[in-house]
Amino acid sequence: MASFFQYVVVGLSNGGIYATLALALVLIHRATGIVNFAQGEMGMFATYLAWSLIYTAGITYWLSFSLTLALAFLGGMFVYLAIIRPFSHRSELTVVMVTIALLVILNGAAGWIWSPQQKFFESPFPLSVLSVRGVVMSAQDLGVIAVSAACALIVWLLFRFTRIGLQLRASALGPATSRLLGIRVTLMLGIGWGLAAMLSAVSGMMAAPVVVLTPSFMLIVLTYAFAAAVLGGIDSPFGAVAGAYILGVGISLLSGYVHQIGPELQLPVALGVLLLVLMVRPNGLFGHPIVRRV
Amino acid sequence: MPLLELTGVEASYGPVKALHGISLSVDEGQAVAILGANGAGKTTTLRAVSGTVHTSGEIVFDGHRIARRPAESIARLGIAHVPEGRGILAELSVRENVLLGGVVRRDRKAVKADIGRALEYFPRIAERAKQQAGTLSGGEQQMLALARALVSRPRLLLLDEPSLGLAPTAVSEFFRVVRALNQEEGMTILVVEQNAKIVLASTQYGYVLEVGEVALHGTSEELKGHEGVRASYLGY
Repeated sequence: MASFFQYVVVGLSNGGIYATLALALVLIHRATGIVNFAQGEMGMFATYLAWSLIYTAGITYWLSFSLTLALAFLGGMFVYLAIIRPFSHRSELTVVMVTIALLVILNGAAGWIWSPQQKFFESPFPLSVLSVRGVVMSAQDLGVIAVSAACALIVWLLFRFTRIGLQLRASALGPATSRLLGIRVTLMLGIGWGLAAMLSAVSGMMAAPVVVLTPSFMLIVLTYAFAAAVLGGIDSPFGAVAGAYILGVGISLLSGYVHQIGPELQLPVALGVLLLVLMVRPNGLFGHPIVRRV
Repeated sequence: MPLLELTGVEASYGPVKALHGISLSVDEGQAVAILGANGAGKTTTLRAVSGTVHTSGEIVFDGHRIARRPAESIARLGIAHVPEGRGILAELSVRENVLLGGVVRRDRKAVKADIGRALEYFPRIAERAKQQAGTLSGGEQQMLALARALVSRPRLLLLDEPSLGLAPTAVSEFFRVVRALNQEEGMTILVVEQNAKIVLASTQYGYVLEVGEVALHGTSEELKGHEGVRASYLGY
């Protein structure tokens, strides 16, 4: 039984990394109606910025973390206003292609600036382990769980209970109506992209110590986050987070108990389950078609 | 000086011209009707005022030249546009839709008071505050749209065919509120309608549009008595 809980903790930790990025994907999908394939690479790029702040500029971890989040926010806004918005009147496919181009550009730029070789990225959490009634948990996993849960909570509070959150939601749901109400929709969508970039940065900085930092280290996280978002319902922030935890814990348990499933099979099995779920529930586990009377 | 004045306003959707030089004015405290057949340019006239269609010509609101300004800054000057189809955000709750009316206002306490006042007109909206807005009936959605507009405390209210798709009782209930707003609170209203009978009974002045131009204008009493208006819009 102890090992079961250990697998769950590891799963929640990985799930938290996916959840943070999945939340970013859902924010963008709701705001702009597209899947941002560059979301992971935006997090990767931010993680490299954090690496430079920590290892080149010699700034402490948490200050670098905060500075990176601020830079990520501005970077996300810039990406929307300068790169995405000029294409926003084109078809969704065009915008998706733009995000794929951005993925490749960021990936190449990171390799050019920081070299494609693996880099060590420290974890802010101690290497110690905690033991509660025979369940051994690493401080690393607990720290990641706490950070990702805090992110989800802050996003929820922001969108649910603040005036800016209401404006963000309205801008995403009805830009034309929102303009008639005096809401600065372009600014709001820019803020949405900025927030998503911040979440990606958190996801990257939490994943880097586990995966090691290379220009492509977020691609696998993006795949899981995308799977989580689709599993939970691409339009449901709650669903995306829940989907990510289900995915993380599921994979952890599966590879823990079924020894035939090595690291090579984890992703195919996860995506296979996803396909099955979508056949039964096309809107995802927590997504639902909108009720509207006319 | 009128609160709103349009002079030679033209508007087009791509290559299609919808307005060929409209001039009209609305005085402070006045309720003004715009009548006309489908495609006459009624909706486009309102959209020209709220900045949601490409225009040329002069539009002055309260001393500001608002033509070609972005819609959100026109709204912030105090023009509330309840668009055709109501513009309810169906996925949000009724309460959130109401709050959105005042979301860009800085005087938060006054917003609270205005929400209370707006809901007094529509007790049924208040009862359904927690419901998803998309589940309201058409008549309730129209009321919600008006309540939301009132929460922005507009100096000019633009209503686009509020009677469209509503049951007759809902239409008369809605226009009772419109009359109260105009006559008791002195709100300035510009309303587009196909239902000439009820709109001429709720306004003091009216314009009749035909293919993007003003064909006729006069007091609502005069229009009621005008033979062409009677034949085309009142049906007797």
